[in-house]
Amino acid sequence: MTNRPLTEHLDRSNPQDIKAYQSSGGYQGFKNALAMEPQAVQQQVSDSKLKGRGGAGFMTGMKWSFVPMGDKALNQDGTPQQKYLVCNADEMEPGTFKDRLLMEGAPHLLIEGMMIAAYAIGASVAYIFLRGEYRLCATRLQQAIDEATKSGLLGKNINGSDYSLSLHLHLSAGRYICGEETALINALEGRRANPRAKPPFPQVMGLFGRPTIVNNCETLCNLPSILNHGAQWYSELANSPDAGTKIYGVSGRVKNAGLWELPMGATAQQILDLANGMQDGLKLKGWLPGGASTDFLLPEHLDIPMEYDAIAKAGSRLGTGGIIALDDHHCPVGMILNLLQFFAQESCGWCTPCRDGLPWAVEILSRIEAGKGSQDDIDQLLKMCGFMWIGKTFCALAPGAVEPLRSGLTYFADEFQQHIDHKGCPYGH
Amino acid sequence: MSKVTMPVEQQIPIQQVDYRAVLSEQEIAAIEHECSLYEERAAAGIDALKIVQDHRRWVSDESLYAIADLLQMPVVQLEGVATFYNLIYRQPVGEHVIHLCDSISCWLHDFPKIAEHLKAKLGIDFGQTTADGKVTLLTNVCLGCCDTAPALMLDGDLVENLDIPSIDNMLGKLTARGGKND
Ligand SMILES: Cc1cc2nc3c(=O)[nH]c(=O)nc-3n(C[C@H](O)[C@H](O)[C@H](O)COP(=O)(O)O)c2cc1C
Ligand code: SF4
Ligand code: FES
Repeated sequence: MTNRPLTEHLDRSNPQDIKAYQSSGGYQGFKNALAMEPQAVQQQVSDSKLKGRGGAGFMTGMKWSFVPMGDKALNQDGTPQQKYLVCNADEMEPGTFKDRLLMEGAPHLLIEGMMIAAYAIGASVAYIFLRGEYRLCATRLQQAIDEATKSGLLGKNINGSDYSLSLHLHLSAGRYICGEETALINALEGRRANPRAKPPFPQVMGLFGRPTIVNNCETLCNLPSILNHGAQWYSELANSPDAGTKIYGVSGRVKNAGLWELPMGATAQQILDLANGMQDGLKLKGWLPGGASTDFLLPEHLDIPMEYDAIAKAGSRLGTGGIIALDDHHCPVGMILNLLQFFAQESCGWCTPCRDGLPWAVEILSRIEAGKGSQDDIDQLLKMCGFMWIGKTFCALAPGAVEPLRSGLTYFADEFQQHIDHKGCPYGH
Repeated sequence: MSKVTMPVEQQIPIQQVDYRAVLSEQEIAAIEHECSLYEERAAAGIDALKIVQDHRRWVSDESLYAIADLLQMPVVQLEGVATFYNLIYRQPVGEHVIHLCDSISCWLHDFPKIAEHLKAKLGIDFGQTTADGKVTLLTNVCLGCCDTAPALMLDGDLVENLDIPSIDNMLGKLTARGGKND
């Protein structure tokens, strides 16, 4: 049996070929699911201890369990309620490119995962919410959807059962906030994609007011193997509190940037080794463990397992598992400025601390980087980290922006000070 | 004190446009197909904007009114959607559109140098179009190919591992081959 359930099906030359996918065990997980009660599928996923790979690490089985099922999911006239499954494939977090690999190389894996999830929650319509820039993903996914439909795996009365599912591809047009699940729902409805207040939670009242599950692409890609080989097999893939495998990645000035599927809890050092280390003449200065919205860690943290709790204990978040390596030839202030520019631009503008706070932080950071900053500027930035923290803003975008800022202010305090004392960037930026 | 609670939709006069007078049969058919995939017609808004943009390069006010008419939705709601997205152009663009990634992994791979070179070669700043109408230069957030940074998107296609010679080569081909609509 494989120990790489996510990448075993990767086929770069002809990934949409359904026969090839089936001949290596593809769609067996869904067939197993179809022979079970939906609640039993939910239970198996709960037992596997799969956590969502969209960044927050929420237990997938638990998330599904809030969806009304059976008698609780009927319209007033007694017919079953419409429910939706949505795959979050908006992947716009800088430093993150794992979902793209899966969709380009194994589109049927995602489709099978979505079929399993949709069946488990009783959804009859599913959407893939794909970022507009991912053109090759769009082509391959559409081909795969068409092939699955032709083979009777999608559509009415699948495999002679009374279960029917239609699956559609939705292409977005480039806006980071659409990845936030309630904003994504607004976007899918054709509204401006500001986040929604919770409660009501999407599981009860989501897309078009119906029960809706939004799961990350990688999360869904884990489901076929769980249904095929069992929950215990899955949880034992990793020698860590977190189950299964994860697509980890690293970018920045390393020799061989890329992605690797490793058991949950692999260390950043292992990933860096797979990337053959830093480029010649460069040393690692700091790293973000999982995309732009995670706190900096230092070289001394490289041996901490890349799992949710261990990384949280070290003061950061596993996030998307896409490491961004900062080398000693690039200015930490410059890097933080670049990150904050991203968040300021992508703020949806709904709430004041984020809409006004992020551009203000960018202004201050630009000043410091240009050698025109003062001690007051640093104090102001520290204060603003509080103003934009969880609970002060309408969604998690601004707190995500705060993470690299606050940890950068701590870990790179000397560099910030140098910019102020020497009235310029010591890295010559 | 009485509050004004009238929805924004009713405060702004909407120009009535008959969609049939503006949109082509092909555009209408493609948009109608998208509508069939959702519970509500308005949900096809973003798809409709993209379909029209694919045919006309950008979304003019007239196109916007026509799409709103076809989708039976308020123009302001559609405009709220159109102006929200980085890849919907509400102003005319050149025959080719370059989106250079300005996010962190590309920044760590010489973004400033690449950006300066592109601007100098084209003689324009970000957000501008060359005088001959050939090329529009824009930025883009992380293109999802941080392992092959620095990267840009040319007319929707990825160009990775950029350096000065490969940019010169790309621009050379653009000026030689003319527009995608030629
Ligand atoms: C600003 C912002 C952007 C996000 N972008 C994404 C994204 O691109 N893809 C994704 O899967 N989750 C994204 N998320 C997380 C989603 O809101 C949601 O938690 C996730 O899709 C749930 O999937 P999971 O339970 O399978 O992890 C984002 C969250 C925020 C606050
Ligand atoms: S925190 Fe930022 S992105 Fe989130 S709702 Fe407020 S303004 Fe919008
Ligand atoms: S940062 Fe440029 S592709 Fe990710």
